Amino acid sequence: MPQVSVTVNGKPQTVQVEGRTLLVELLREKLGLTGTHVGCDTSQCGACVVHVDGRAVKSCTMLALQADGAKVTTIEGLAAADGTLHPMQEMFREHHALQCGFCTPGMVMAAIDLVNTHPEGLTEEQIRHGLEGNLCRCTGYHNIVKAIAAAWPLMHGKSLPAAAE
Amino acid sequence: MAPPFEGIGAAVRRKEDQRFISGRGTYTDDINRPGQLYAFIRRSDRPHAKFPAVDTGAAMELPGVVAIYTAADLANIGGLPCGWQIHNKDGSPMAEPKHPVLAEGVVRHVGDPIAVVIAETRQQAKDAAEKLDIAFTDLPSVATVSDAVKPGAPLVHDSVPGNVCYDWHIGDKAAVDAAFAGAAHRVRLDLTNNRLIPNAMEPRAAIGDYDRATGDYTLYTTSQNPHVIRLLMGAFVLSLPEHKLRVVAPDVGGGFGSKIYHYAEEAIVTWAAGKLARPVKWTAERNESFMSDAHGRDHVSTAELALDKDGKFLALRVHTLANMGAYLSTFSTAVPTYLYATLLAGVYTTPVIYAEVKAMFTNTVPVDAYRGAGRPEATFLLERLVEVAARDTGMDRVELRRRNLIPRNAFPYQTPVALQYDSGDYQATLDTALKHADWAGFEARRQAAAAKGKLRGIGLSTYLEACGIAPSAVVGSLGARAALYEVANVRVHPTGSVSVFTGTHSHGQGHETTFAQLVSDQLGVPLASVDVVHGDTAKIPFGMGTYGSRSLAVGGSAMVKAMDKIIAKGKKIAAHLMEADVHDIEFKDGKFTVAGTDKSKTIGEIALTAYVPHNYPIEELEPGLEETAFYDPKNFTFPGGCHVCEVEIDRDTGVVRVVNFTAVDDVGRVINPMIVEGQVQGGVAQGIGQALLENAAYDADGNLLSGSFMDYTMPRADDLPNFHVATENTMCTHNPLGVKGCGEVGAIGSPPAVINAVVDALRDYGVRQIDMPATAAKIWAIINAGPHHRKPAE
Repeated sequence: MPQVSVTVNGKPQTVQVEGRTLLVELLREKLGLTGTHVGCDTSQCGACVVHVDGRAVKSCTMLALQADGAKVTTIEGLAAADGTLHPMQEMFREHHALQCGFCTPGMVMAAIDLVNTHPEGLTEEQIRHGLEGNLCRCTGYHNIVKAIAAAWPLMHGKSLPAAAE
Repeated sequence: MAPPFEGIGAAVRRKEDQRFISGRGTYTDDINRPGQLYAFIRRSDRPHAKFPAVDTGAAMELPGVVAIYTAADLANIGGLPCGWQIHNKDGSPMAEPKHPVLAEGVVRHVGDPIAVVIAETRQQAKDAAEKLDIAFTDLPSVATVSDAVKPGAPLVHDSVPGNVCYDWHIGDKAAVDAAFAGAAHRVRLDLTNNRLIPNAMEPRAAIGDYDRATGDYTLYTTSQNPHVIRLLMGAFVLSLPEHKLRVVAPDVGGGFGSKIYHYAEEAIVTWAAGKLARPVKWTAERNESFMSDAHGRDHVSTAELALDKDGKFLALRVHTLANMGAYLSTFSTAVPTYLYATLLAGVYTTPVIYAEVKAMFTNTVPVDAYRGAGRPEATFLLERLVEVAARDTGMDRVELRRRNLIPRNAFPYQTPVALQYDSGDYQATLDTALKHADWAGFEARRQAAAAKGKLRGIGLSTYLEACGIAPSAVVGSLGARAALYEVANVRVHPTGSVSVFTGTHSHGQGHETTFAQLVSDQLGVPLASVDVVHGDTAKIPFGMGTYGSRSLAVGGSAMVKAMDKIIAKGKKIAAHLMEADVHDIEFKDGKFTVAGTDKSKTIGEIALTAYVPHNYPIEELEPGLEETAFYDPKNFTFPGGCHVCEVEIDRDTGVVRVVNFTAVDDVGRVINPMIVEGQVQGGVAQGIGQALLENAAYDADGNLLSGSFMDYTMPRADDLPNFHVATENTMCTHNPLGVKGCGEVGAIGSPPAVINAVVDALRDYGVRQIDMPATAAKIWAIINAGPHHRKPAE
């Protein structure tokens, strides 16, 4: 069986996997990181989003072997060592951006990438468009959009520029 | 500094969020048992076919395969039961064909399970399942109620003539016919309520576990009601007594009704775990969710309203064909009857109503309650009919509604279709919604949109729902085979912290917070000292679970009753300790005080005394401070309200955008306004989804066309607006909290508001009715059809 070496949440791991093993299966079944969820078979729902080398990736669309040598961050790896939550996690709680919690890990990981890649600012429209790859059945997205807008200033250390309209 | 207010009415941030935002939730598929095997279900890809005994020999030889079971192996296992027996017009019981756990030589819908393969890994089970060669012979099939009802239609069950599960009615037909005969206006509308697929984000999963030492079974399952599953599966399917069967529903990733029912896979993994003496896990792939989770809605109706010359409603007549799918799911039969036709008075004073409902079998996935369950269907029918009545008679649609609203001083109000509403103020919710939505200023917005080439419309619905389900004796008399009370156990620990065990189940509703607020408020202990425990039959005395917006109204009331008992006992202990008469003890803010003195004991001190009874009235009182209460509601609760929707339509593409949405709901007393708002927002999102996007599409033979997220349009963030949500509350008069329920109002009130807005936007195109979903293609066709083509631009 082939072998894959990845650094997951800062910890180097070497695991034997079948060639067809998906990254999400490696995380959930081999490494016990069950915070990353599987909500569909067609890469539509985004419940499985993790960061691979700093960018959001749907871990159900990537073979574990393709992650060889990569740094992977999952929802379990977001909080600081002392337990301080990432601002996005904190804002999701503050703005009631989750109900059943199933889409939440993928939603948070996608949202962080969205904010990271928009240092110039984010409009509501951009946030909604940026969440196109993530389904939530509980919230109607209203509070998720609010949480992401509220996390932007915390992540960039400045206030969110007014929409340039 | 005063501690933060955490009691009833506080927008407390949710306790459960800590684990969910850090990836530490425990959903069923996150659980792995030692020595666990994996099950994969081979399902039918045919709508209707017969097949001979399945040859499992070759697949059994594949790597990792441990067992393959078909119906032949399940000879001693019962069918999946239906929980509600409806009677026909003539008093005879409904047709109730067997719903086998695995198909017995005939498959009746795409997704019908045929065989289960159990292997060492999930992939091995799946590989082997795909190798099973099943020699289907296709049979004639039928997918829609309109086809199923036709003479000579293919029969889904040979034992059910005409595919009719039941032919039921309610109301006074003669009085309705008489009222129609003398009416100044008669309005008729044919409409469908589109079939939906619930699609909770967590796919269903189940793990069966068997303890060889004790003979005990445990089922971990994605359920909204673990005790109901234990009862149904134990008593009807596997013949396992309750004391040998534990059902755990851990964190559950959304339900919306679809996880109420007892499903075949739960019985399969439990039975197989016993057979193999190893744990067996099954997790649905999303495509299995599409073809095996119970679907929702799917009605075809004719509705007629009689009005006098002033617009007063005189009578309502409704004929509905309701799709049951291929088999009866657990509560399917109650949905188009007692959760639908009894709601047809809505918020109006219509004096006489007659409804007849024919429930039809088809070669489709079983249909059951989905968020709202019957009430969205009733509301859509009524609010579209009223809208059309306004249009056909030339009356203002708001004024027509206003003229027929049940007055605020008319409560309790007895409708002609069985229900008695206890409280409400429909004028207030209407007025507030119109104000918040700036109904009066709409014309200017329409013109501004027109200047940009957009068609803008506004619509409203004034709706009512019955929830807080339900008084056991009432539902029993109507055919329910279960009671619908709720149970709470409140355990005050020796040092004063509290565990509350509830028979309801939280799968997104935030019970761990709302119920903790209730306890914190009534017992005067900090929120952090209260834990709410749910979802495990080994921990909780009993319970009927969460659906029908019942958790707070019924489960919360049980909690209040249990806490009343705690306080009553605490008073006796306090009276003993402080050498006072028990009648002089007052309890407030966590303290037992001798009235008129400064002598008091905290609940923590009383609890410690109860568990360390050195100085204790031991002759009269048992030690300990723990109480259980069962609460059977006296009536349903009746939330109601008004939703206003504003849409803009792109004339070139037909795309409808919801630009404003206002929901003003009367949900009774609000415990946590943040959670209530979230529930309404989520419900409205599903309502907009139904109105504009979602449709479970079958071809005429029963092949599921919308079998994945690529074909079934789920609302995404950029399909939805921000929501304006407010409440306008009257108290429920018959439960101790005054609460009514908020989980379903959003999905009930919103679809007709959206469609009314779409029809309004298309006012110049001669459209009277648009069936949901109002997709871009449908709207584009209307805009580009016939003589009305491009009319507004001319």
